[in-house]
Amino acid sequence: MSEVVREGHAHRPHHPFLQHHFEDMGQQHEASTLGMWVFVAQEILFFGGMFMAYAIYRGMYPDAWAAGASHQDWKVGAFNTAVLIGSSLTMALAVWGAQTGRRMVTVWMLVLTLILGSVFLGVKAYEYSVHAHEGLFPGASFTYVDPNPALTPGVQLFMVFYFGLTGLHALHMVIGAGLLIWFIWRAWAGHFGPEYYAPVEIMGLYWHFVDIVWIFLFPLLYLI
Amino acid sequence: MNEHAHSTKAPTHHVSSLAMYFGVFLALMVLTAVTVWVSRIDLGAMNVPVALAVAIVKAALVILFFMHVLHSTRLTWVVVISAFLWLGVLFVLTFSDYMTRHWLLY
Amino acid sequence: MTTSTLHDVRFLEPEKTRHYLNNDYGIFSWLLTRDHKRIGILYLISVTTMFFVGGIFAFLMRLELLTPRGDLFTSDTYNKLFTLHGVVMVFFFLIPAIPATLGNFILPIMLGAKDLAFPRLNLLSWYLYTTGALFGVYVIVAGGIDTGWTFYTPYSTQYSNTHVIAATMGAFITGFSSILTGLNFIVTTHRMRAPGLTWFRLPLFVWSTYATSVIIMLATPVLAITLVLLMIERGLGVGIFDPALGGDPVLYQHLFWFYSHPAVYIMILPAMAVISECVAAFTRKKIFGYKFVAFASLAIAFLGFLVWAHHLFVSGISVYSAMVFSFLSMLVAVPSAIKVFNWTATMYRASVSWQTPMLYVMGFIGLFTIGGVTGLFLGALGIDVHVHDSYFVVAHFHYIMVGGTVMGYLAGIHYWWPKITGRMYPEWWARLSALLVFVGFNLTFFPQFVVGYVGMPRRYHAYAPEFQVLNVLSTAGATILAAGYVLPIIYLAWSVFYGRKAGPNPWGAVGLEWATTSPPPLENFHVTPVVTWEAYDYPAFLKSVRETQNV
Repeated sequence: MSEVVREGHAHRPHHPFLQHHFEDMGQQHEASTLGMWVFVAQEILFFGGMFMAYAIYRGMYPDAWAAGASHQDWKVGAFNTAVLIGSSLTMALAVWGAQTGRRMVTVWMLVLTLILGSVFLGVKAYEYSVHAHEGLFPGASFTYVDPNPALTPGVQLFMVFYFGLTGLHALHMVIGAGLLIWFIWRAWAGHFGPEYYAPVEIMGLYWHFVDIVWIFLFPLLYLI
Repeated sequence: MNEHAHSTKAPTHHVSSLAMYFGVFLALMVLTAVTVWVSRIDLGAMNVPVALAVAIVKAALVILFFMHVLHSTRLTWVVVISAFLWLGVLFVLTFSDYMTRHWLLY
Repeated sequence: MTTSTLHDVRFLEPEKTRHYLNNDYGIFSWLLTRDHKRIGILYLISVTTMFFVGGIFAFLMRLELLTPRGDLFTSDTYNKLFTLHGVVMVFFFLIPAIPATLGNFILPIMLGAKDLAFPRLNLLSWYLYTTGALFGVYVIVAGGIDTGWTFYTPYSTQYSNTHVIAATMGAFITGFSSILTGLNFIVTTHRMRAPGLTWFRLPLFVWSTYATSVIIMLATPVLAITLVLLMIERGLGVGIFDPALGGDPVLYQHLFWFYSHPAVYIMILPAMAVISECVAAFTRKKIFGYKFVAFASLAIAFLGFLVWAHHLFVSGISVYSAMVFSFLSMLVAVPSAIKVFNWTATMYRASVSWQTPMLYVMGFIGLFTIGGVTGLFLGALGIDVHVHDSYFVVAHFHYIMVGGTVMGYLAGIHYWWPKITGRMYPEWWARLSALLVFVGFNLTFFPQFVVGYVGMPRRYHAYAPEFQVLNVLSTAGATILAAGYVLPIIYLAWSVFYGRKAGPNPWGAVGLEWATTSPPPLENFHVTPVVTWEAYDYPAFLKSVRETQNV
């Protein structure tokens, strides 16, 4: 698309990452953060819908739900929770690094966040393979029979929500990991600083949101 | 006073201290341990509310401190609160159906 | 050609100025554009196409319903016809139409901004919409879907042999497109208003569009997760909503309608937005009770979330819950009524100019009122038991969506046509179309109230013979209505090349969009506007434009 000559005013010098429909970096920053918050708000409703379905069925089938949860290893879940909270810390420190102009801090904190996030996903993959082995994956391959056979359909329903909720969560983490790779490159290239750190901040908002979802998933799926 | 859509040339936002970040992290780890510990004790019907209460406290810490909401604009607060409020509407009104289905008419 | 005193006499002889349509050429300048105006036009083309696709299904249905026996289509095919009509019209026309075409084009200009907050997300939203629509087209071509646009379980998940997953995927993707549009509007309204443009100086179009965007953000994700659960159930063969496997089909309905009821406010609020602007423009007055109308938009958005289970009254929910929802449903009529009263009060003792947009406005006010009042009948629990799933319901929502939203859409298209294209449409052809639409609409849908009340069920291709006369009237009306919809395509396309060139403010209306050239320049204004006038303050606005904008 050809560059358009704007009539009426000369091209004022500005920050290299100022988008031209904004007046200045301040407006751009406020727009970006508000945009991410509004996006996070709708994500809360997105996950929330599935949480509600989960809650309704837990009310109907408390014993099957307890049986289903007993198949989740709480130690593994607790480990993963600690890992994810750690990744939230490193993500917050990356934002701090960008805000205070510390390029390598930003880079290393983003790298650590990516590593911790990947550990989380790896552990989840391990858990999924264990469940598949035990015949707990819902659908045609669900071969598990509960010691109390009457609970078996309810356990399958629990596993639908287990895989649905953690799967959706994992999908969001994979997207986050992809974004982190891009941001690590940008941080290393020196794009961010005290006048322009909104991208890191909104990456942080997204990442913290995914962490919050897990904060609720852990007790509801592993500990009840 | 005429409100401008924006008022800053460059963002001048609150920078939190490192001590705060590490402090919140520590609190979150402690609360995770609490969650696990409390779940091993049988509190009957109170197990789930207690677990949820701890989760809410943890989420609040992340929101207020890691996500900087404590120092954010009023608009950010409105957005965050609205999301949870609407989720609440979904839960409360749907549950109001399920929980009253067995009530007798007369 | 007569001109009324409403036309701005300082009609600029258009020089070869650069504007958004001629600043760049070529297919990629459209497909890769970040200009909200071009994206609005891309949406206009897609949305209009889907409107006619959905309309064809409606017409086929009305053909079948000319005779009481099901002699044109099998019942399975008829199920597909009404499902596809609903899916296409709801998800691919009514939800996006006004926000994504008129909203995208006009909102940034009304705010004095150069573009929306996130232009690339805006383009992405159009591509998502088109992808979703292509899923819809695929479903049509591959044999259709017969579950009803509501995809009720367990039929949709266990028993239907049609393309359910593709259809729900199309709705899911288009829903995400609508979320991005809503997000863009919210951020732009909060953060990109021109200097001096305080909230209570905003045009009421902005208030309504903002309320719409809030609904989009909070409701659409719930539909999205519901469709995901539906796809999981159908794909894996598990029983999330299937009673045979322990699920609850009513839970699906709760989740579905938590979105789909607010969705009808997503459809009507933008139309109301257009009505507010047109009433102000064609009466040359500030809207009566500006703040009431503004807050009524927000009230509709809020209250609209509290009423969804009135779609579940006969599905087996608790009677107590039904009573609560019935009461809440009565409340949501109040802010809508406030708006209708205020528009009418604005017209009292005004000198009204009867250009085409105003004709559609009058149609809207009358038909929306009828539709809204019949909504109250349906919200009353006892009446609903009698008329649920009858043609009474069909008539009710068509009065609102066609008599309301589509008329609002047509009003807005005609009102802002000179701004978008720089040309006037031919007024008498447009008035003829408006008349055809109004007559055709009433002939189509009023008989449906009657026939529904006396017992004709909806979604049936055969009916008792005593209903035939009313059905024939309805089909006759549909034919007239179709003519009324086809004509604008012809004369609007004609006007792009041969229409009289329009000046910056052909209606003499108030609003930043009328303070710039027709069509607008790429960045909307040559000079960033500074707003010093109150909402709809005609003398102050026109004076300011003369002094500052040099148009």
